[in-house]
Amino acid sequence: MKLEIDKLLARDVRSGARLLRWIDDGVAEARAVLKVIWQHTGRARVIGITGNPGAGKSTLTDQLIGRFRERGLSVAVVAVDPSSPFSGGAILGDRIRMQEHANDEGVFIRSFATRGHLGGLTHTTTDVVHALDAMGWEVILVETVGVGQDEVEVQRLAQTTLVVLTPGMGDEVQAIKAGILEIADVFVVNKADREGADRTVRELEQMLEMGKGGRPSLGELMHHGGLKASDLEQADRASPDEWVPEIVKTVASRNEGIDELVAAIDAHAEVYAKACQAPEFIRARLRQEFLEIYRRALFARGWSYLMHEDHLQQIVDRMLDRSSDPYTLAEQAVRALGSR
Amino acid sequence: MAEERKLRILVAKPGLDGHDRGAKVVARSLRDAGMEVIYTGLHQTPEMIVNTAVQEDVDAVGLSIMSGAHNVLMPAVVKGLEDKGAQDIAVFGGGIIPDDDIADLKNKGVKALFTPGTSTEDIIAWVRANVKPK
Ligand SMILES: Nc1nc2c(ncn2[C@@H]2O[C@H](COP(=O)(O)OP(=O)(O)OP(=O)(O)O)[C@@H](O)[C@H]2O)c(=O)[nH]1
Ligand SMILES: [Mg+2]
Repeated sequence: MKLEIDKLLARDVRSGARLLRWIDDGVAEARAVLKVIWQHTGRARVIGITGNPGAGKSTLTDQLIGRFRERGLSVAVVAVDPSSPFSGGAILGDRIRMQEHANDEGVFIRSFATRGHLGGLTHTTTDVVHALDAMGWEVILVETVGVGQDEVEVQRLAQTTLVVLTPGMGDEVQAIKAGILEIADVFVVNKADREGADRTVRELEQMLEMGKGGRPSLGELMHHGGLKASDLEQADRASPDEWVPEIVKTVASRNEGIDELVAAIDAHAEVYAKACQAPEFIRARLRQEFLEIYRRALFARGWSYLMHEDHLQQIVDRMLDRSSDPYTLAEQAVRALGSR
Repeated sequence: MAEERKLRILVAKPGLDGHDRGAKVVARSLRDAGMEVIYTGLHQTPEMIVNTAVQEDVDAVGLSIMSGAHNVLMPAVVKGLEDKGAQDIAVFGGGIIPDDDIADLKNKGVKALFTPGTSTEDIIAWVRANVKPK
């Protein structure tokens, strides 16, 4: 199958699905297509949904699809589930909860396996979102894996990040590592039909009052002029200055609280859109986008050098006979890249 | 980044029968064989299965049907994929299927049929031999 750019940009499902496959599998043709279609990105609303396993991310995503469809917006979903570390295989079950939308042409749902990538996404989710954005999907919902508390990558990609929590786990808010709380634009306390929801909300409120949760504002990070290198990682967590994270209670399985959730997402989007008028804000996002792609490109280059001829084997040989050390060998390998 | 081609298989349960033990066993063993399995739950219509297969760009669709409606449902999925230009997605099936029906279904484009008692190893072996990543 050959991909036609025109068809892709006209949201042809089969072409789009194939492009995503090639991206996911690291097929070389995908890069050529991404180069061409990047100019068409930057239009979609990207919303990230993260949180513990079983918190209700997919059920919430299903509800959000419905709400955005009611407004006549087209919706794409990127749903990530973990690969088995043993077999490398995966069972991708997020879309079970979204199948009522399977026959709606205005909805496109795609499941991905992490394939060893940590951070809640796959190593190509950025490219996947670019592709869907360029194709003209107006809203892109990204559901991360729910494996633990380090699934913070999604906020780099999303304009609005939802962190889904559930009540009734004791001092759960205290127990949750800071990382995941700092990426929330909106906290969703789902399964509010269970005992303890109000307590969870209160704990979150207290935490926010103490200024611990929520993304740092870009203004805070930049008040002394340009960004330092050490601020780059921080800047990609930035939310617009005026935004204070909202807390919404939902019962996703009963469609309760979803209007309030959508209102919170919209409120954040409005503030975000305003922030986007500031060049520094846009530049920080673009810088992040570039750095991630650059990091991957560097790695790919370095990797292909190691795999070329028997470079890697030679390096290991020199460690084995102790004629050199891995630090020197790594420096030499990097220098060799420049001269090729 | 190096290419990493993986088989992607949709395991789907069309029709009205209310349990999916068999489908889940197959899904799990395909996963354990290193494949990525999309599982969509019970009561899927052929149209839903076709749309899911195309969006997920799977290499094959495995249909589990215990209700006896295989003669209708399986060819409907094959036909639906063809209509979308997705005849490169292989369809295979499992269930209580009489021999006469098997020949007929194969004529209609179902690539392989597995009856109760087939080991999951046989299914995996068939998939490996007959399905290639896109
Ligand atoms: N009681 C209750 N159950 C819910 C609610 N929302 C979702 N569930 C149930 O919780 C279970 C998990 O829901 P999912 O939407 O699959 O959760 P998830 O976060 O996507 O799960 P993973 O992707 O596996 O991490 C399902 O059985 C849902 O029906 C809710 O508000 N209340
Ligand atoms: Mg899920």
